Amino acid sequence: MIKKGKPKKVLILGSGALQIGQAGEFDYSGSQAIKALKEDGIKTVLINPNIATIQTSEQLADQVYFLPIRSEFVEKVIEKEKPDGILLGFGGQTALNTGVELYDKKIFEKHNVKVLGTTVDTIKDTEDRFLFAERVRVAGLKSAISKTVHTVDEAIEAANEIGFPVMVRIAYALGGLGSGIVENEEELKDKTRRAFSFTNQILIEESLYGWKEVEYEIVRDKYNNCITVCNMENVDPMGIHTGDSVVVAPVQTLSASENFKLRSIGIKLIRHLGIIGECNIQYALSPTEDDYRIIEVNARLSRSSALASKATGYPLAFVATKLALDYNLNEIENIITKETSSCFEPALDYIVLKFPRWDLQKFRQVSTELGSEMKSVGEVMAIGRTFEEVLQKAIRMLDINMNGFTANDELESPNLEESIAKPTDKRIFFLSKAFVKGYSIEKIHQLSKIDKWFLYKMKNIVDQMKAVEGKILKDIDFETLLSLKRSGYSDKQISLLTNSKEYEVRAKRKELNIIPCVKQIDTLAAEYPAQTNYLYMTYNGEIDDIETGEDNQVMVLGGGAYRIGSSVEFDWCCVNAAQTLEHHGYKSIMVNYNPETVSTDHDTCYKLYFEEMSLERVLDIYEREFPQGVVVSMGGQIPNNLAVKLHKLGVKILGTSPEQIDNAENRHKFSRILDEYEIDQPEWEELTDLKSAKEFCMRVTYPVLIRPSYVLSGAAMSIVLNEDELENYLIKASDISKEHPVVISKFITDAREIEVDAVSDRGELFCYAISEHVENAGVHSGDATIVFPPQRTYLETMRRVKLITKQIAKALEITGPFNIQFIAKDNDVKVIECNLRASRSFPFVSKVLKINFIDIATTLMIDEKPPVFSKSSFDLDYVGVKASQFSFTRLKGSDPVTGVEMSSTGEVACLGDDFNEAFLKSVLSTGFRVPKKGVLLSTGSPKEKAEILDDLRKLQKRGIYFYGTKGTADFYNQYGLNVEILKRPFDKSEPSILSYLSDGKIDMVINIPKTAEKVELDSDYIIRRRAVDLNIPLITNIQIAKRFMKSLEHFSEETLEIKSWGEYN
Amino acid sequence: MKNKLKLILEDGSIYTGYGFGHDAPAEGEVVFNTGMVGYPETLTDPSYCGQILVFTYPLIGNYGVPPKTIESNLLTRFESDRIQVNGLIVSDYSHEYSHWEAERSLDEWMKEEKIPGIYGLDTRAITRKLREKGTMLGRIVYDNDSIELDSITDPNDRNLAAEVCIKENTFYQKGEKKIILVDCGVKNNIIRAFLGRNISVLRVPHDFDVLSVDCDGIVLSNGPGDPKSCTITIENTKRAMSENIPILGICLGSQILALASGADTYKLKYGHRSHNQPVNEAGTRRCYITSQNHGYAIDSETLSEDWREWFTNDNDGTNEGIIHISKPFFGAQFHPEASPGPDDTEFIFDMFVRALK
Repeated sequence: MIKKGKPKKVLILGSGALQIGQAGEFDYSGSQAIKALKEDGIKTVLINPNIATIQTSEQLADQVYFLPIRSEFVEKVIEKEKPDGILLGFGGQTALNTGVELYDKKIFEKHNVKVLGTTVDTIKDTEDRFLFAERVRVAGLKSAISKTVHTVDEAIEAANEIGFPVMVRIAYALGGLGSGIVENEEELKDKTRRAFSFTNQILIEESLYGWKEVEYEIVRDKYNNCITVCNMENVDPMGIHTGDSVVVAPVQTLSASENFKLRSIGIKLIRHLGIIGECNIQYALSPTEDDYRIIEVNARLSRSSALASKATGYPLAFVATKLALDYNLNEIENIITKETSSCFEPALDYIVLKFPRWDLQKFRQVSTELGSEMKSVGEVMAIGRTFEEVLQKAIRMLDINMNGFTANDELESPNLEESIAKPTDKRIFFLSKAFVKGYSIEKIHQLSKIDKWFLYKMKNIVDQMKAVEGKILKDIDFETLLSLKRSGYSDKQISLLTNSKEYEVRAKRKELNIIPCVKQIDTLAAEYPAQTNYLYMTYNGEIDDIETGEDNQVMVLGGGAYRIGSSVEFDWCCVNAAQTLEHHGYKSIMVNYNPETVSTDHDTCYKLYFEEMSLERVLDIYEREFPQGVVVSMGGQIPNNLAVKLHKLGVKILGTSPEQIDNAENRHKFSRILDEYEIDQPEWEELTDLKSAKEFCMRVTYPVLIRPSYVLSGAAMSIVLNEDELENYLIKASDISKEHPVVISKFITDAREIEVDAVSDRGELFCYAISEHVENAGVHSGDATIVFPPQRTYLETMRRVKLITKQIAKALEITGPFNIQFIAKDNDVKVIECNLRASRSFPFVSKVLKINFIDIATTLMIDEKPPVFSKSSFDLDYVGVKASQFSFTRLKGSDPVTGVEMSSTGEVACLGDDFNEAFLKSVLSTGFRVPKKGVLLSTGSPKEKAEILDDLRKLQKRGIYFYGTKGTADFYNQYGLNVEILKRPFDKSEPSILSYLSDGKIDMVINIPKTAEKVELDSDYIIRRRAVDLNIPLITNIQIAKRFMKSLEHFSEETLEIKSWGEYN
Repeated sequence: MKNKLKLILEDGSIYTGYGFGHDAPAEGEVVFNTGMVGYPETLTDPSYCGQILVFTYPLIGNYGVPPKTIESNLLTRFESDRIQVNGLIVSDYSHEYSHWEAERSLDEWMKEEKIPGIYGLDTRAITRKLREKGTMLGRIVYDNDSIELDSITDPNDRNLAAEVCIKENTFYQKGEKKIILVDCGVKNNIIRAFLGRNISVLRVPHDFDVLSVDCDGIVLSNGPGDPKSCTITIENTKRAMSENIPILGICLGSQILALASGADTYKLKYGHRSHNQPVNEAGTRRCYITSQNHGYAIDSETLSEDWREWFTNDNDGTNEGIIHISKPFFGAQFHPEASPGPDDTEFIFDMFVRALK
């Protein structure tokens, strides 16, 4: 159905790089929006610098701009493309904020661009705390009482009026002093007095601690039809950010009257606000009486809406787009059933559970305690038919070496009660431990405030463990085994409890005919026939919903939870692989469990198993579907790690043989192969005691790079400069022993890192892309800024890199994608690492080169002929630069430096006519601003200081003022550069760096740590941290500093070209 | 050892699970409901009289059962005075419950009311079967009992409305205006809906002569079974119509109204039993989400000249309400009183109240 009077060309704002709080879910919603617009024959223009997304693929939007999502750039795109409509609700907070800014500047008005869906005025009402509270009040509804105060006395007055306990909210959490609950006047005085020493405004709020936290996804059309698509309940009660909470859908502990009351309230408010499209409303619900508070409304697609979409099968983003085009809800087809309309509220006949994935151990100085600020980097969703089943599945899906709720390596806790009362990323395991220790439900409830219903269910899991622990497998009867499986016990868990092998448990249960059945997600609980391909497996059922085992199927294993080092790039690879399979007449079966992805969208593949990627479950699916093969090289490390195990069990793996995957993964085997082909590598050795470690380091000379196989205290990979540090590291952090060997390799300084992404056909290199890091070696490749094609690498080096790539392809008989990392210094090329799978940079090089490497790789893996092309990177008249996005602002206290461990959460890439232009666009896309006032310099070693002297001079000529720490300023002043000295934080005197930062006199900080690895709370840390907290651009790498200044010599924000992807030829 | 029970359907299919609630066999018409919440309200809905109910939502019993508090002579948390189903089928019964309002578990309540239940079977498979083959008769039996089906009587052959309705008139005093509520198995929330609008309610048995008492309007309630078996109620309704007394029919009541107007009804393959049924209001762009529980429907093709189709089901196009072109006669196939379910269509009570004499 085509709507009359709809826009002809619509601009969509994406969300940019993945960061904490704003991740892959917006690729999913944006992609759906584009599809929905295209279906209506509307031209689409997308701005999103996140090159690894599906939405920026060529088959989706008509025009794609890899540009910063900032009002200045968006305006220029509007001027150029002249769209008549814009969607602001599909790119997270970034798109929404940019849209509001553009609206306020009257840019939309000026260019006749209509904001589709919810109006900007309504968006503002939901975004502003006070406006929102007022609208809620006018609607006759309740929100949390909150008062802004400026003095201690005002705070006391407000608290007495609200009634203790109260929540004290402090905007900037510094020095460990954050928001929190105070019980009485004394505590309040103490806390506010300290808070007012560095802020002049705090918020006193009624405390909703321990209340249930519930969310509803609401959809409304312009004809005032309004439905709630999904409701969700946080297992963790109020106090923990919903992004960091374990969430179930539908709600579990609410009575019908509570549930439908919240539904009515939500609909009433959404109508009152006049939202058109989709929104999310959060409530606090009293656990002891009939009372509620509205917490907030998000008038846009959100993480929760992506989750709700996947939880129900209801395509929220798609429907929201249609509603923005003035469709009526019942004019939109239910694309799942194909028989009914979108005007209905899905009925679930299963339960889903979302579990957040944290990576806090990757950061220094960051607190693992959870609170009102989100810290997780990804999430998983488990589907099943009991709570026990979904909880255990979800824990395994996290891929953090945990087997479920029980049967894990025990976590140490000096104070178990505190570990339960003060939630951290590990709390779920402390809960398990408390049950094992026999804590009562009542006690755990008092400590955690988690609703007892959830605790009863958790206790069930532990009780079942206790009942079988120590028994031998032979003695476990049918009923017991079935009940364990119905509670989500994996074969591995059962094997650990019964001291048997995983395969023995599998054999036994298959013999007893205990196998999971395949169920569909159909939005209507089987009430209507549905042609849905959205599947899950459960032991709480006996009969399959579908016929399995069709001909011509190929399975693709997905990427799992987004985490640092593995995110949307692999989803792009998986989706492309599935599309290529379909193109060649295969039926693709996708296996993945990440609700934020496009790969788990209903129209991506022939069949979707929203399932675990454990050996057990992949085999279950394989044995059911008998696909012609399994693709393990697209989803990153999880499927890669399964390759050998699956292969040994007779599963057909497509592409490179799993034995060769093992040859590349196993350090010893790989090293031997390199030696055979006389390919150079940095010297390394695996060591099991301190003495031999010291001897090795003496021989190769410091610095060295250490990788432990077992980690004690957060420190993982590290560069070590001398013997003291070595000793310190090996004793404190990694507990070197025969059981826990460490790998030490020579670290080459001042070297360049080069990457090759390539595809090979039965040992013959088919295509490749060489790219180089802007930073010198020592920055993790996932954090590095990458330029393609290389700009500074010698032709000779390139030639050698290509030669080695060819040799390795041959040696490992590679068919499919692979990636090699090299280190190069003076034309001396060494191999650091090789992965026989797609890498993070595949979408980047594919899109810059406009040759889809994944399509080629997949085609070769199924023995088909890929199209011939005659383009190489040497032919490109433009440059692509990929830059990393860090989320340090979100992780209070973390030290914002990069090192050998990856810490970025996302990336962007932009194109430019030359290196400098692409570089500047890219860094601006990660949130950098060009300094206009002053730059603070604290630039490391004299050598590094000298390295940027010329560039600083040029910048000063352009009117930039410099400040510096004493050492840095003295250095530069003697070379005639004017640098004003500011006092360091510990000097405690003025004029100080900190006050200049706070006063906005400094709008960029270049702080180069002298050593990248030492963990200390020194004054440099304080400067870096403050810069990040104040959102001041921070550069901590000398090559980046240099490149940034070079870019500014040639470009300004105003002179950057506004060219679409298609215009780079 | 857990007590094993079986559900046997008319077509011979057997599903095995574990018993909870009352320990006894049972029989009835097997139907499914896709609501995800609200078992205390649903189980006491008199429209389920004579049925074995399958909940498609797997986790049941989570928040226990509320206490039997009474307000205006009605149980506040239930839709009638007892559990109306003959048996209950769920996937995962929650032995432990948690809710500030709860007083006992679902299991305890069902024991008290002598209603058997089975858990641990594949409720989705049963639902699919009922959807494909239509509603069937079935029986709950002990695991080792012989399998026999011949003797099950179809509860729809009986006048179920007569069985579940009130036996003597009851008056609920509120404001000046008064309606006669013809109880064919009424849900408490219909009564609450009028009391909440300050309307007094005279609740009468299904066969009560509605013209024998003065009133401002008549409400024909919901209820179980085949509307065609409510012959006396249909006759009484015809007489009331000729007197132009405002009439509102809800669910079964709507079907009775249709039959009284000369239209026909028929049995649906497997009925509508859920909280998420979308209905479109004729002549508008409005679509409402409604709570429903019915196995029969009005054949809108047979509506006479003076009647219009008021609502239709957005999923399958079946009739969801009728309205007279000039007189204050309204019929809603869904439950505007919700409980459990969305309250989108509560406005129907307001409309009717405005239409009262």
